[in-house]
Amino acid sequence: MDKLYIFLKYFFIVVWTVFVVAPFLWALTTSFKDFQSVNGGVTYIPWVDFEPNLEGWKVLIKSPAKGGVDIIEPYFNSMFVTCTASLISIILGTLSAYALSRYTFKAGFVKNNDITFFFISQRIMPPIVLSIPFFLFLSSINLLDSLTGLIVVYIVLLMPIAVWIMVDFFNKVPREIDETALIDGCNPYQAFLKVVLPNSIPGLIVAGMFCIIFGWIDFFFAFILTFTEVQLLPVKIVALNSSVTPWWSLSASALVSVAPLIIVAFIVERYLSKGNLSGAIK
Amino acid sequence: MDLVANNLSYKPDDQYHLNEVSFNFKEGNLYTILGRTLSGKTTLLKTIAGLLTPDSGEIEFDGKNFLKIPVWERNVAMVYQQFINYPHLNVFENIAFPLKQRKIDQSIINEKVMDALKSVGLLGYENRMIQELSGGQQQRVSLARSLVKNAKILLLDEPLVNLDYKLREQLREEFKNLFSKGLADETILIYSTTDPRETMELNGEVIVLDEGKVLQVGPAKEIFENPNSLKVAEISNDPPMNIIEAKITGNHIRFEGIDVEAPQHLSKLTEDGLKIGLRSSDIELNENGHEFEVELAEISGSETLLHLKRGDTKIIVSIEEVLNFKIHDKVKINFKVDRAYAFNANGKLASSPFGGLNG
Repeated sequence: MDKLYIFLKYFFIVVWTVFVVAPFLWALTTSFKDFQSVNGGVTYIPWVDFEPNLEGWKVLIKSPAKGGVDIIEPYFNSMFVTCTASLISIILGTLSAYALSRYTFKAGFVKNNDITFFFISQRIMPPIVLSIPFFLFLSSINLLDSLTGLIVVYIVLLMPIAVWIMVDFFNKVPREIDETALIDGCNPYQAFLKVVLPNSIPGLIVAGMFCIIFGWIDFFFAFILTFTEVQLLPVKIVALNSSVTPWWSLSASALVSVAPLIIVAFIVERYLSKGNLSGAIK
Repeated sequence: MDLVANNLSYKPDDQYHLNEVSFNFKEGNLYTILGRTLSGKTTLLKTIAGLLTPDSGEIEFDGKNFLKIPVWERNVAMVYQQFINYPHLNVFENIAFPLKQRKIDQSIINEKVMDALKSVGLLGYENRMIQELSGGQQQRVSLARSLVKNAKILLLDEPLVNLDYKLREQLREEFKNLFSKGLADETILIYSTTDPRETMELNGEVIVLDEGKVLQVGPAKEIFENPNSLKVAEISNDPPMNIIEAKITGNHIRFEGIDVEAPQHLSKLTEDGLKIGLRSSDIELNENGHEFEVELAEISGSETLLHLKRGDTKIIVSIEEVLNFKIHDKVKINFKVDRAYAFNANGKLASSPFGGLNG
């Protein structure tokens, strides 16, 4: 029985790993291929099936004048927009989530749950519905085609995620812990900063990760709200496509764009496994 | 420095959590709030701590309006029935937290925390994380955290209720020692519990609370001997006092075909609708007694609790030894009527064996 269990366990782990890792391996090998190796039948192993070269990668850092696409600036743009928007969303989202979790609001028929739902409803709406209002809004405050404008829009998109995750998390932190902090001489702000927040780190990490992921992968708004001045990575990658699909540089840029998320996941994973999500509070 | 409350009421929904509660707590004393679950004990303690604002009424402490002072400036301490500590801090940091908040010198903090650890018997545990401790130890940490502050008002909200039987006994003993050491002569200790036995052992001034209303105030002995109403008799006895509908005529108590001679303190009662109250410990097994049928027999610790029935009358008898009974067994019991209480039709005490009379 035990042996069967171990066998099945490793069997599924292996299958799943292959399933997850294979596309990356495929992209990795493809990024070193040339036109001939991609289009002339299936090739797998470098130096055996095909001769690897660095053309796919070089294109990414060459300036357009030299026939490259230069994804370095969009890369840093993306990073800047994602990190700033995520940080602001986490700060605002955590504060609102704490308020929603601890205080009772009532304005007519609107109560706490309705407010929480309002935040989430921003994500439920199809992005296309928001695109025209956002476009008009940004153009009216002269922030179209700017990093600041994108940050503003991303905060609208990311904050609901932070609120949603953190409301749920704070609801699991016993109210008595805040009360004890108050009794022990903290004012409400100190109670939040010194006691509630340190006990919510797993929640903050998860919320932060979701914000970063959703911010980083957004194509739609980056595409609609920017033109020439600033460009974000996903838009730039799509722009790589031309009459001849450059599979090698597409693969290379795909790997480059996924890399930060993988690094974040590896760092965060340690924190998450240390005390699992709800483990902070018994 | 007295803590005085006048007509505190709190009604967040359609039910009173506090209903015109008034009290006058004096420094250096222990007050026990006795009541069933949801009787308003926690609400009352939270109101004193400042975590809840009553809808009406006032609290004064040391002559100052307490309601105007925010929680964090009230210098109270509270121990919850759940073991509430700061999970991100270790034992030492947990206990030092309120002192650090007051920006006290680190060397004094160290000294005070060590003292507190010693008094709750947790020396050597300073560097443990809270999650590594057992429930009893966690509760000791939160007790130490409230002791270390030298708070003027110490609130204990059913601190023992979530512990297992043995630990409860042990901690209760330690609490008693701590309290009797005179925590400080200027501390007001307020202890809430559902357990009458705990109330009697702590032997302080008792406030019986039910549905947010104060039913009776008095020393533990007085509450035990002369409960002023049926409700208090129920709340202050575990198992609850047996209430028997009986008729008293001509020196005889009659119910369910049983006829016993009325003791002196009951013999003069003649009014209708009287109810006789008798503690489960004041009924004994006796071969010449009256026959009852066993409905349920439970053994708790070294005691056996018998739930008995005869006609419409149901009673509980506690026997100080472990006995085995089967359901529907017949047992014979005798009533120690000289220890019986009488309550009149509207539930007020009519006569008690300890001479207390209503009004």
